[in-house]
Amino acid sequence: MAVVDVKVPAVGESVQEAMIHKWYKATGDYVKQDDVLLELETDKATVEITAEQSGVLEVLNKEGDTIGIGDVIARIDTAATKPAGAPASAPAAAPQPQAAPAKTPPPPTAPSTPPAVPAGAAPLSPAVRRMVAEYELNPAAIPATGKGGRLTKGDVVQAMEGGATASAPQVPTPPSAPAQAKAPAVSLPTPATPGTRAEHREPMSMLRRRVAERLVHAQNTAAILTTFNEVDMTNVMELRKKYKDDFKTKYGVGLGFMGFFVKAAVAALKAYPLVNGWIDGNEVVFHDYYDIGVAVSSDRGLVVPVVRDTDKLTLDEIEKAIVYYSTRARDGKITVDELTGGTFTVSNGGVFGSLLSTPILNPPQSAILGMHKIQERPVALGGQVVIRPMMYLALSYDHRIVDGKEAVQFLVKIKDMVEDPTRLLLGV
Amino acid sequence: MADTDFDVIVLGSGPGGYICAIRAAQLGLRAACVELEQTLGGTCLNVGCIPSKALLQSSEYFALAEHDLGKHGVKIAKLTLDLAQMLKRKDEIVSQLTGGVVSLFKKNKVTWLKGRGRFVAAGTIKVTAADGTETTHKAKNIVIATGSKPIEIPPAKYDRETIVSSTGALKFSEVPKHLIVIGGGVIGLELGSVWRRLGAEVTVIEAMDRILAGSDAELSKGLMRALEKEGMKFQLKTKLMETKVTKGAVKAICQTADGQTVEIKGDKMLVAVGRRAYTEGLGLDALGLTLEAGGKVPVDDHWRTPVAGVWAIGDVIRGPMLAHKAEDEGVAVAELIAGLPGHVNYEAIPSVVYTWPEVATVGLTEEQCKEKGLSVRIGKVPFVANGRAKSLGNTDGFVKIIADAKTDQVLGAHILGPWASELIAELGLAMEYKASSEDIARTTHAHPTLTETIKEAALAVDKRTLNF
Repeated sequence: MAVVDVKVPAVGESVQEAMIHKWYKATGDYVKQDDVLLELETDKATVEITAEQSGVLEVLNKEGDTIGIGDVIARIDTAATKPAGAPASAPAAAPQPQAAPAKTPPPPTAPSTPPAVPAGAAPLSPAVRRMVAEYELNPAAIPATGKGGRLTKGDVVQAMEGGATASAPQVPTPPSAPAQAKAPAVSLPTPATPGTRAEHREPMSMLRRRVAERLVHAQNTAAILTTFNEVDMTNVMELRKKYKDDFKTKYGVGLGFMGFFVKAAVAALKAYPLVNGWIDGNEVVFHDYYDIGVAVSSDRGLVVPVVRDTDKLTLDEIEKAIVYYSTRARDGKITVDELTGGTFTVSNGGVFGSLLSTPILNPPQSAILGMHKIQERPVALGGQVVIRPMMYLALSYDHRIVDGKEAVQFLVKIKDMVEDPTRLLLGV
Repeated sequence: MADTDFDVIVLGSGPGGYICAIRAAQLGLRAACVELEQTLGGTCLNVGCIPSKALLQSSEYFALAEHDLGKHGVKIAKLTLDLAQMLKRKDEIVSQLTGGVVSLFKKNKVTWLKGRGRFVAAGTIKVTAADGTETTHKAKNIVIATGSKPIEIPPAKYDRETIVSSTGALKFSEVPKHLIVIGGGVIGLELGSVWRRLGAEVTVIEAMDRILAGSDAELSKGLMRALEKEGMKFQLKTKLMETKVTKGAVKAICQTADGQTVEIKGDKMLVAVGRRAYTEGLGLDALGLTLEAGGKVPVDDHWRTPVAGVWAIGDVIRGPMLAHKAEDEGVAVAELIAGLPGHVNYEAIPSVVYTWPEVATVGLTEEQCKEKGLSVRIGKVPFVANGRAKSLGNTDGFVKIIADAKTDQVLGAHILGPWASELIAELGLAMEYKASSEDIARTTHAHPTLTETIKEAALAVDKRTLNF
């Protein structure tokens, strides 16, 4: 055994290709068995590839390359021995032309202390280390502006705020207004400090490419229609306020709104089974189970992990599942299986402040519920104008299979359940 | 005509020029350096940074022995000054270092073209040796690194006897009774300090309302207070109008901002109002190269002049006149010529004033931040609270760190205090790596050291000092 091929493994049923997201090791590095070599990105998830044997690595594809399943992307020379130290000293001849610097392979890391960051990534500064630990961030997902690709504290601050532009110290200050200048002749205004008008292009990530494909596919295939309603959140909010501490103490997870909506959706899906089904050729597929996709946002975009058997789960179990998947999505650890097979989807645009939107179906599903921002609005109740915490709801559905009447009733059912959560308990 | 061709010819062997030539040779280029003086090293090694630091150190020891050692229980019965020995030691240091450059040239195979260099055309230099022989040399790349000269002002023309530039003030054979210093900048304050410590009365005349104009206001105020304690006198907002030199004496006739006339009598006058780019006799006309207003050689971001194949670095171009700035530009230009990506980060260039306490600064001042409209947080901690400073007996001064209010990135740092010149390096490195004040605050600093005050100032940015 001298040279072992590193191949792209099968990462999921429908996945045929992947993109090399990041190499953690370089050609010439001595890698130990189980060292993480690289991160692959597929349209669904990212996968870390580890070394099957120890030896010296030869990298064949670079970051950003798209490769197929089974392709050889690197080789490991297992005959090569672990480097003992620095190579023999260079000859002491005086004039040294631009010879390529001798590559000193870094000594393999000690197995007893696993590195906090992926090997090969630049070390983190003390402040960045503190923030990453305190806020549980993935440093690899934050764009770095420091020397040699290092993260600065400012990068982390910006990433947490979601801002893009760093407040560089050399920001040109606008010239102060001239004092009592004469009325100037009107001319075509030109900026005092002309900015760049260049364009630049970046390759789309695999995830983004697949999202784009699927969105267009959904729009082209289904007859998508959206119905709206609004829900008075007063009762749910009071319920939550009253029991959130007890809930947290007992279950170790916060009591959110999502669980109520998932439970209400299950009840509505049971009442209107077509909404939980889909079209396959000339047949309609009904599902006797209720696997609901819950959209969560991650650094790589919106992902929709599927919470299985929601009809059999209690409220706390649903909340726990959502937290579990959110963490995995944020860490880029979510698997393809966890993202596929849902029968219905709940999406919450409200966390970003959306007041109203028309969600697009997640094919082959036939419907998707859109939650929105809770906003205090004046509403008429019993002839009186009162202020209530209101949320608009949107249900987009495939009109080929779901009729307008059913869709509207489905949404009204959800509204009724959320407005009066006692119904969830009684099942009425 | 012994003509030789090179890949790179550097005009001037100051810290910018000699470093540029050596770096070019290291990269496999055939490099030559033109120098008309008898020794290499330019102003810095011969009549600038190095000899002034030698005298500053010697005079500091003298002042220490005279005023401070007693407090430590070290008594000296009769203290005497051997100025001749002090000057000799300075000259020895200079000749060791300039000789060092000669051996560096030999080691790296850089050719020293002795004589005055002059452009004949782009790519061609004529070198006139001291004995009048001329040689012509060609190189695809020629780097102008001819440095700067002290500015001469009409009311006080140098006579090299009574009215001198910095060069003259490095070799007074006797301690002046009263040295009048025109200009409260780096050079005036450093050389003024030397002679003040050795016993001269020193009066600094400065046209602006503060010394070290352009530096952080708290810094210049703090330094002036410390120097006044040493006995230096200051005449701010005062302009020199006229000088009268009689045998062994000089009278400065000045005008204050409110129009009053002041007369100051002394026996020596140091004019240190600044330096200007030195480009005379270079034959820039032959290239069709027009100087910028202020006499500097115009260059782009990559130190290219408008004439192809002609580069310029150091004091002859824009930016602060600092040896280390010139050195780094020299390295960058050599690398660019060799096809490598040369770069200098102008935002993280430290500068130092070797008075006592010393002044060292890097990055933006508080005033500059204000002008740019940046919102900042500032941490300022005095050395008074530092154990090491106490044991040294040097508690004057402070460390001030300015960080961006949002990103916490260090935008500037200013130190007045003992060994500020050495302390500033940490902050320069921090700025080069875009470190935040918290990065410094979370780095372990040895105890007891002066650097603890830097850490404490970094903590002060976040209002969480532990020792102050």
